[in-house]
Amino acid sequence: MSIRVENISFRYGQRTALNAVSFTLQEGGFHLLLGPNGAGKSTLFGLLTRLYALQEGDILLHQQSIRRQPAELMRRLGVVFQQSSLDLDLTVQQNLIYHAALHGISPGRAKPLIAEQLQRMAMPERAHEKVRSLNGGHRRRVEIARALLHSPDILLLDEPTTGLDAQTRRSLNQHVRTLCRDQQITVLWATHLMEEVAADDPVILLHQGRKLMDSSASTMLADSGCQSLEDAFHHFTAGGITA
Amino acid sequence: MTPGSSWHCFQGILLREFLRFIQQRSRFLSSLVRPLLWLIVFAAGFRAALGISIIQPYDTYITYETYIAPGLCCMILLFNGMQGSLSMVYDREMGSMRVMLTSPMPRPFLLFCKMVATAMISMTQVYAFLLLALFVDVEPPLWGYLAVLPALMLVALMLSSLGLLLSAHIRQLENFAGVMNFVIFPMFFISSALYPLWKMQEASEWLYWLCSINPFTHAVELVRFSLYLQLNTEALLITAGATLLFGLLAVIGFQPRKSGR
Repeated sequence: MSIRVENISFRYGQRTALNAVSFTLQEGGFHLLLGPNGAGKSTLFGLLTRLYALQEGDILLHQQSIRRQPAELMRRLGVVFQQSSLDLDLTVQQNLIYHAALHGISPGRAKPLIAEQLQRMAMPERAHEKVRSLNGGHRRRVEIARALLHSPDILLLDEPTTGLDAQTRRSLNQHVRTLCRDQQITVLWATHLMEEVAADDPVILLHQGRKLMDSSASTMLADSGCQSLEDAFHHFTAGGITA
Repeated sequence: MTPGSSWHCFQGILLREFLRFIQQRSRFLSSLVRPLLWLIVFAAGFRAALGISIIQPYDTYITYETYIAPGLCCMILLFNGMQGSLSMVYDREMGSMRVMLTSPMPRPFLLFCKMVATAMISMTQVYAFLLLALFVDVEPPLWGYLAVLPALMLVALMLSSLGLLLSAHIRQLENFAGVMNFVIFPMFFISSALYPLWKMQEASEWLYWLCSINPFTHAVELVRFSLYLQLNTEALLITAGATLLFGLLAVIGFQPRKSGR
């Protein structure tokens, strides 16, 4: 399912957090939302997940505004937040049953779905362990399993690798790419770590609330004239180039 | 949203609250310490100073412990309701509340489920307190324990929605200390929880007037009368009206925000 963000602006009082940002997420694509801290990524996630109401512009699902059908967006959306949002004292399965219930799924229907997701995350034997006993990487996997439990078409991940070591970051990134390819899920992965970007990934680059670029990582590299994506990212976000 | 999916959602929220409650046994115990201290220590000291005549719903002279027990039940609901609501508001940008708000169910329904779940947890604490109160001879009629159940639920919902309303709209109440000083203590002390209203009237007319307009007074009276198998219609109507009003205003405060906090 494609999703279109159309000319959205958002202000916190006098401060503009997003300024006329537009882009489209293509169905089944793995999209990167790049930007340094304060670029407006979290505000954008807040709007997509309905923490904030739209001030200006619109978000369209199949040409339908989410202003009119907010529940439809939430039904089709899976979200992994930047900060962990699992109950540490509950088991993995209890956390997932809770999420399923929030989507109106009974425990009886949820259990095989949970088993399937945990199998996919290569941690079926951890279902009855308390989340507190899992390491950071496994907790993230549980959060991804949770986000996919209700079979969403769109998966939003807000800096999901924060606080993880390099190897876990790489494996998680690879894992979501595989999911995206195998299940045709539209993914928006927010990050400021260029190691998580592949050359042919579609990228949306935000800086100071404005969209600087909406193309591919290789185009970003070519336009910058730099040797690496890391340098290209700094070139655009430190140089103050505007679209 | 179908009745089936709503029911699963409600069940899920309730189950999670109970699982968390079981995990946090120290929270359960500490919530009982406060009212028990009032009941055992404060009441013992006050008993000598405060004579209580026969007042409704009691049909005989009562001990001070018996008088304050309903107020202390409401104190448990007040603390839990405020604490629960405060965490709902400040968790909304992170943690479990944010997960809850990604549900496709209508937000008023989600908030209602959460408040009912919190209320049910609080009620188990109230019943534990009433059980312990038997040891200081607070002995309401047996059926009173059942009759008080809907009253406790209504009061718990009223206090949760008030907490939600206050913390969603008043930025200054950013921590529990603020809520304690500006909401819990004034509500509790300026009510009929510790002293009958006629005693208050003898002391000060304006204090009596303040107590009379405090919804917590009516909540306490509703619980007091129900516990002794009587219906206080005025208290019921005022508590139900306040619950509806606070609930509606709280839901408005929980809609997606037009601006950041």
